Amino acid sequence: MIGFDDVSVGDRLPGADFPVTRADLVRYCGASGDFNTIHWNERVAREVGLPDVIAHGMFTMATAVRVVTDWCGDPGAIVEYGVRFTKPVPVPDVGGAVVTVSAAIAIKDEGARTVRVDLTATVPGPGGAPVGVLGRARAVVRLT
Amino acid sequence: MVNTSFAGRTYPPTPAYEVGREKIREFAEATGGHPVHLDPAAARALGHADVIAPPTFAVLIAQRSDRQFVMDPEAGIDYSRVVHGEQTFTHHRPIVAGDRLVAVLHVDAVRESGGHAMVTTRSEIATEAGEPVCTARSTLVVRGAGA
Repeated sequence: MIGFDDVSVGDRLPGADFPVTRADLVRYCGASGDFNTIHWNERVAREVGLPDVIAHGMFTMATAVRVVTDWCGDPGAIVEYGVRFTKPVPVPDVGGAVVTVSAAIAIKDEGARTVRVDLTATVPGPGGAPVGVLGRARAVVRLT
Repeated sequence: MVNTSFAGRTYPPTPAYEVGREKIREFAEATGGHPVHLDPAAARALGHADVIAPPTFAVLIAQRSDRQFVMDPEAGIDYSRVVHGEQTFTHHRPIVAGDRLVAVLHVDAVRESGGHAMVTTRSEIATEAGEPVCTARSTLVVRGAGA
C-alpha cells in the first residue's frame, strides 16, 4: 500500500495501455445493463453519424481508474472520481482500440490525508496523434 | 423540448437495490477485476466486511434512479438524442456485498444553450437505514434537432 507521506505533488503513477475489443463492450453491456445499440451494432452507429461502434463512456471511465486502483492497492480508498466525456472511443471490429492512460498527483490534502490524481486518457486519432477522450478526470484517494 | 420546470424536483426513494457478490464479480470482470471485488478473503485482508464494488459500480443504481426523470414523457427528453456529458461519484464509504441501497433523485439543473439542453441529476444513495453511501452526479446532454 502507498503511504500518504511517500508521495509528492507531481509524482507520476505507472501508466497503462488498455486494449478494448467489441467483446469487451458486449460484456460491459451485460454487466451494466446499458444495451444502447451504438455500443454493439456498427450499422446503427454509422446511421447516427458515429465513425464506428463506440465504447460506453462509463466503460472508458471504469477502465481509466484502474491505473489509480492498481497503484494505491485498494479500490475502496477512492473517495471521489469524476470525468467529462469529451470524445468517443471508436472500437473497430478488426483490431479494436487501445486506450492509453497516464496519471499524476495534482494536490495533497494534509488534513484529510487524501491526494487528487489527475488522469489523461487518449486514443490514437487520424494520423496517429493522441486524442483525449476524458476531460477533468480526477480521482481523490485516501492514503494511510 | 426539455421541460425546464423539472429543475429542483426531488423524487421519493427508489425501491432497495440489493448488492450481490456475483453482480459485483460480473461488473468487476467487465471492467478489470481487482481481487477485492472477487475474493471475500482479499477484501477482508484490506479491512472490508466482504467484497466491495468497483469505483463506478454505483452507476447501476444511479441510472435506475435517473430513469424516473429521463423516461417521464412530461420531461420531454428524447432519449435517442441523449449523450452522457459528465459523471462523478463521491463515495462516503465503499459499497459492500449485502448492502440494500435506496436512491433519492434530485434534478439539480435543466438548462438550454445553443440548441442543446443540459440536464444535471444527483442521486443520493444510502442504506435503507439512512446511512449515506454514495452521491452520484450525472450530466446528460440532449442534442437539439438541428445538431
